[in-house]
Amino acid sequence: MALKDYIRQRFFPHIWCPGCGHGIILNGLLRAVDTMGLDKKNIVMVSGIGCSARISGYVDFHSLHTLHGRALAFATGVKLSKPELNVIVPMGDGDALAIGGNHFIHAARRNIEMTAIVMNNRVYGMTGGQFSPLSGYGTMATTVPYGNIDHDFDVVDLATSAGATFVARTSTYHVHELAELITKAINHKGFSVLEVLTQCPTYFGRRNRIGDASEMMEVYKKNTVRIGSKKKQENPDLLERGIFVQKELPEYCREYDNIISKARQK
Amino acid sequence: MAKPALKEHRIERQWCKGCGICVHFCPKKVLEMDEEDKAFAARLEDCICCRMCELRCPDLAVEVICETSGNNETPDKDQGGGNA
Ligand SMILES: Cc1ncc(C[n+]2csc(CCOP(=O)(O)OP(=O)(O)O)c2C)c(N)n1
Ligand code: SF4
Ligand code: SF4
Ligand code: SF4
Ligand SMILES: [Mg+2]
Repeated sequence: MALKDYIRQRFFPHIWCPGCGHGIILNGLLRAVDTMGLDKKNIVMVSGIGCSARISGYVDFHSLHTLHGRALAFATGVKLSKPELNVIVPMGDGDALAIGGNHFIHAARRNIEMTAIVMNNRVYGMTGGQFSPLSGYGTMATTVPYGNIDHDFDVVDLATSAGATFVARTSTYHVHELAELITKAINHKGFSVLEVLTQCPTYFGRRNRIGDASEMMEVYKKNTVRIGSKKKQENPDLLERGIFVQKELPEYCREYDNIISKARQK
Repeated sequence: MAKPALKEHRIERQWCKGCGICVHFCPKKVLEMDEEDKAFAARLEDCICCRMCELRCPDLAVEVICETSGNNETPDKDQGGGNA
């Protein structure tokens, strides 16, 4: 199928700013779905609130645009009632890890089969560039005019310790890897988390004087390495990309079905 | 493996927001911005069909149509595969 068959063309051009990385994630996601040959009738995209969350309006899948931070809770309801559907949950960094932090860790702990994509631009884009739990120490944002003194989460470490059975990271620069990791995350039979470093040139880029969208993507190229690369030993500040966790554990919906059978046998 | 040949390079002007990502990352400097801040292919003859412009466009505005049918996968040079 052509990529345009997977989107609601009537809503294009989309609302994202010029160069916004969220559009590159949409691009990669559509390619992943296309190469996997998924039937769009079997996909549900559930999102919360944020520039990132607007992605659910553009895909021609079943979609649910819900409450800030609560996408995973709605997605859990959808998945439990129709476990045969592919559930994809794109979230902003604020959406996933500020207001939605508890939903995030508990969905990971439960190992319910769905794909959480953290669209990490390190800022609250939609509401005007406030700092987020992912902004990081020393960064600038509208609500920290003298510099941020909060430390950030590492999404990969957090997801791993919360129990996610698939954990990966990539960036909007690494577009082949992006589509490949989205495919693997969707195929995984458990809770998968994919962090995508994505540029918000309008707020994060401008406030932190990184330059335009292309310059921000150059930073992803320069500051990241594949897991296991020797460069990481030479320069510990480099951020690793790739698959960090991929393991099998009992999945929540299947376990739930087992409980129902057990209860019926009594 | 046969090298893909370019058949058509389309840019949807209504969707292009002029971010310049495709221009910046094209390995062959094929693309430029026009006076209305829309991307266009200024040197199509240099295009190697790598499709990086299409894959990185945040606005889904680029479509690169290559000749070798059934082979839309191209070797990944510019995206930092391997140890980049
Ligand atoms: C309950 C609630 N609190 C606060 C808001 C305001 N709000 C909307 S989006 C947002 C944060 C967006 O940041 P992020 O999730 O990182 O997404 P981005 O826009 O950066 O993609 C906030 C605080 C809201 N809509 N609902
Ligand atoms: S404000 Fe930032 S995140 Fe929101 S659309 Fe613009 S560039 Fe993207
Ligand atoms: S990447 Fe897309 S939106 Fe940006 S200038 Fe090129 S065609 Fe236009
Ligand atoms: S396909 Fe590759 S070479 Fe051709 S215009 Fe796009 S980025 Fe440049
Ligand atoms: Mg954000």
